[in-house]
Amino acid sequence: MATDVLAGPDDPRRAAPAEPPRRTRRRGGTRSGETAAGWLFVAPVIVILGLFMLLPILMALWVSLTDWNGQGSPFTSRVPLVGLDNYTDLFTRDGLARQNFMTSIRNNLYYVGIVVPVQTALALFLALVVNNRMLRGRGFFRAAFYFPSVTSSVAISVVFLFIFANAGAVNRLLALFGIDGPQWFADSRGVLHLLLGALGMDEPPRALTSGGPFGLAWWDWLSGPSVAMCSIIILVVWTTSGTFMLMFLAALQQVPETLEEAGKLDGATRWQRLRFITLPSLRPTMFLVLALGVIGSWQVFDQIYVMSQGDPAKTTLTPAYLSYRTAFRDFEYGSGAAISFVLFLIIILLTLGQRWLLRERDSGRRLRRRADRSGAETGRRS
Amino acid sequence: MAVLTQPGSGPMIHLPGEDDPQPPRRRRRRGGHPAAAFAGYAVLVFFALVFLYPFVIQLGNAFKTEPDAAANPLSPIPSVLDLNSVQRIFDGTDFPLWLGNSTLVTIIVTLGRVFFASLAGYALARLKFSGRRVVFGAVVAMMAVPPVVLLIPKFLVLNQLGLYNSYAALIVPVLVDATGVFVMKQFFESIPVSVEEAARIDGVNAFRMFWSVVLPMARPALITVTIMSFQGSWNELPHTLVAVQDPALFTLPRGLADLVSGSLGKGSQYPLKLGAALLATIPVAIIFVVFQRYFVRGANEGAEKG
Repeated sequence: MATDVLAGPDDPRRAAPAEPPRRTRRRGGTRSGETAAGWLFVAPVIVILGLFMLLPILMALWVSLTDWNGQGSPFTSRVPLVGLDNYTDLFTRDGLARQNFMTSIRNNLYYVGIVVPVQTALALFLALVVNNRMLRGRGFFRAAFYFPSVTSSVAISVVFLFIFANAGAVNRLLALFGIDGPQWFADSRGVLHLLLGALGMDEPPRALTSGGPFGLAWWDWLSGPSVAMCSIIILVVWTTSGTFMLMFLAALQQVPETLEEAGKLDGATRWQRLRFITLPSLRPTMFLVLALGVIGSWQVFDQIYVMSQGDPAKTTLTPAYLSYRTAFRDFEYGSGAAISFVLFLIIILLTLGQRWLLRERDSGRRLRRRADRSGAETGRRS
Repeated sequence: MAVLTQPGSGPMIHLPGEDDPQPPRRRRRRGGHPAAAFAGYAVLVFFALVFLYPFVIQLGNAFKTEPDAAANPLSPIPSVLDLNSVQRIFDGTDFPLWLGNSTLVTIIVTLGRVFFASLAGYALARLKFSGRRVVFGAVVAMMAVPPVVLLIPKFLVLNQLGLYNSYAALIVPVLVDATGVFVMKQFFESIPVSVEEAARIDGVNAFRMFWSVVLPMARPALITVTIMSFQGSWNELPHTLVAVQDPALFTLPRGLADLVSGSLGKGSQYPLKLGAALLATIPVAIIFVVFQRYFVRGANEGAEKG
């Protein structure tokens, strides 16, 4: 999933080698022949992507302006046009649609806020350990950590449903340490609420019980992820860390050994070398991993579909799943499409932001590298 | 659970230095400090358990009786080996049908993706035709479209074209993926032009050039794209949700999801579900073990290299 939105294409250096030396000019026919062949070769891709990506997006844009209920064709005059109502229902009009949508946004925000830092830290940590040259069997461990990433999300979800069952493996494990595990998938209590409860705040303060933005009370916005959501978060961190570990590993292998050696000669401790040499050179990758993580985290769907369907008490509802449910369970295709487009907008903005920042970073890095070639104090700069 | 305890993470980081009073460190010591190595292995083994034990549990519990699985979920070894659930995967569910559908869909989709991606990738890398930049720009833009927001749109098109609920609906929309085109283009650009120029002098036409001269050189990229496509197609759930609803057209992920949502009737029947999930995982697992380095490449493909 994550690898789709990678940074490469913006890189001007990529395009350069595509231009072969123009020595075939003398044969005028080559060029027109190549034009026909070129279009023929890309035709299948254009037709299928056009028919099943571009056209559908336009159709859905239209449907999001209607109240189509799935009966007949949405493109007839009998389908009521509602203008932007499906969108305003999500943001400004008080009602169930907004309540659900804002709840899903809240859930996904907490989800992103936990999944991204944790999976990035874990991936980096695993990469550093696996990259350690003095250990044997690193190939095996790398494969072991990566394996969950390649398996079917549905199959893995089945396994985690079993593991997180009320009397399942996780709760048995917790019981060994004297901890009474929760009923994971039935528990809609927010983690922050639980923490506050543990500190003795059982009742929400009066000021927070109403009046939050977008029709959701402040107290609800501040719930934290529910216990049920936490089990999905654990599952996702467990499946995706391996992929990002590979990215960090690839970057680690690019760190010139001479830098390490120079650090050693200067008497830097291992911690200092990690802090001032290794980590700074991983920065571009770190940034990429964070960006891909954020973008991917807004698309969580499979696990929700299989494990919780948005329950309990809507605490695992995410925009992606909500749009599906609104269209295919409640038959409100217009509203579902509108949710899709809002989600689309969120993700596209994140993607553009990532590409833009990465470009900055790239040129910055080139500059820095040039400077490093002459300079000794590589790491201090961070 | 992965993040709760990390035994040895402390010693891992501030390795030798402090403990051993400045030994002459002229040569690079391959062996390293034994305590450090021990800590390193401890971390690796701990995480290997975290990442692999769920599969062990899955395997073990698939061969248990239901009460046994409920009573000892942590134990990898069944107290009595029970093949009933495995038997019922084949007798009591549509598993064989799903397996057939998944196999058919995956093979066609993989072949299509590899062929179309290399064809387009070659054209975009090597053939000079007006509009090439625009096409490539469009492909890159398509890579950024998140698949989950396409669910309703895809349904609309399939519905409108009268393809909904057919094998064509499962296959045609996913027959091309932009990422594969991108990967192939990048690869073709890395091959030296000289080989083609030699063939061009012999007057080979564009398709022959692609098929018999360039493609054989592209083996590594072809394998990478094949694996990406196979894995993606075999594991695909969301597309099947909006393409078909007839149980006769369910693929494995769809069938499994259906089992979970209660089509089994009474009881949780975890051994059966775990077994079915296990069987669905095996093909990808085998391919993973055999072609591991291509998986690694696939994961890093496009992730920029400076």
